[in-house]
Amino acid sequence: MTQPITSKELASKIVNDEKTLILDVRNTDEFDNWKIEGGNVEVINEPYFNLLDSVDPVMGKLDKNSEIIVVCAKGGSSDMIADMMEEAGFRNARNLEGGMKAWSEHLEPVKLGDLKGGGELYQFVRIGKGCLSYFIESNDEAAVVDASRMIDVYESFAKERGVQIKYTFDTHLHADHISGGRMLAEKAGGTYYLPEKDASDVTFDYAALEEGNDITVGNTAIRVQPLYSPGHTIGSTSLIIDDQYLLTGDILFVRSIGRPDLAGKAEDWVDDLRNTLYNRYKELSDDLIVLPAHYSFAEELGKDGSVSARLADLYQQNAGLQVENEKDFRKMVTENLPPQPNAYEDIRKTNMGKITPAVEDQKEMETGPNRCAVEG
Amino acid sequence: MESTKVLDAKGLACPMPIVRTKKAIEELNTGDILEVHATDKGSKSDITAWTKSSGHELLENTEEDDVLKFWIKKS
Repeated sequence: MTQPITSKELASKIVNDEKTLILDVRNTDEFDNWKIEGGNVEVINEPYFNLLDSVDPVMGKLDKNSEIIVVCAKGGSSDMIADMMEEAGFRNARNLEGGMKAWSEHLEPVKLGDLKGGGELYQFVRIGKGCLSYFIESNDEAAVVDASRMIDVYESFAKERGVQIKYTFDTHLHADHISGGRMLAEKAGGTYYLPEKDASDVTFDYAALEEGNDITVGNTAIRVQPLYSPGHTIGSTSLIIDDQYLLTGDILFVRSIGRPDLAGKAEDWVDDLRNTLYNRYKELSDDLIVLPAHYSFAEELGKDGSVSARLADLYQQNAGLQVENEKDFRKMVTENLPPQPNAYEDIRKTNMGKITPAVEDQKEMETGPNRCAVEG
Repeated sequence: MESTKVLDAKGLACPMPIVRTKKAIEELNTGDILEVHATDKGSKSDITAWTKSSGHELLENTEEDDVLKFWIKKS
């Protein structure tokens, strides 16, 4: 029997920039659409059905003495192939337990820094899907921003640290993943905030996330300042945390910018997006650290596995912020966009409370990369 | 559609639908048609990709009440 590897172990390897060799045995269309990536990750694809008679097709491509992580959609085929590889003389073929489905759900917490008012800020990196959520804690209280569906992860994190989740925020109505914000607030007895302009069709109660209404986490310690910043959605709202961090949601990423088309209104929202990126954000402090809700490229992961950048640096480097001409900008954010995220219409309906799919269906809906940026 | 043989792969998880399909096809003659019933959602893309890769012809596929059906002609 081969020794399996968990998503957690694999995530640590990638975050620590260890050399990682992957054999992905899903069919090539699925592989091309979405695969495991990282700075020091080498991945090859050979569908399992080409390896049923023997693993010869991959013999020459992989070193028998190296650790090879075998990956498929749910972990069944890769388990079989890892065993066959062992029989064929591979010394360390390891099945990724639960496959891409489990990989998509793994959240890796990374500490970003201490807060001036006393407290800490963590980024939860959903490495398989490129989603980022945030955990702010101060004086026994916590707030979670853009929580994923796997709310037990934040619950146990809060429990370990002895803090109470008082607030959850969604910077906008998400189209790429199912939000855990409402459920997490309900279970913790906290308040769920959503921008009102994104909530016109929601079927549940929420608190309106509004510019001008600051929220404090931990007595008077940490100030959360909402900043109306439409463009990816009409309600998109950024959060300034502790005068140090700018949580940009899906408006501004490290290497790209948000796409305006996922609610079917690209033409309407282009001007909002431009105004937010080229005017509103420009008025903010250069030294704010930008913390987005997604990333698309392995290169966006920093050495410690976190994703962040100084606002002033992005005005120098991010391609989406260098477009002087408005017409060129309009073209960039409305034409030649990547495919939309998997099941994005049903994901939006789920986040509005209009439909409540079974958990297995929710997992299926979230398959694939986030695809919220205009590139990547 | 007329089929030479029917393979019931319902309730089986990946990779078994493909493993059984491959075995059943090997036991047929060229031109015979294998009908496969499966419930694993992934089998749709996998059987499509496997027929392309192995050279057999996927004549038709349907989905009714969560049961996926495939008709494959052996090459």
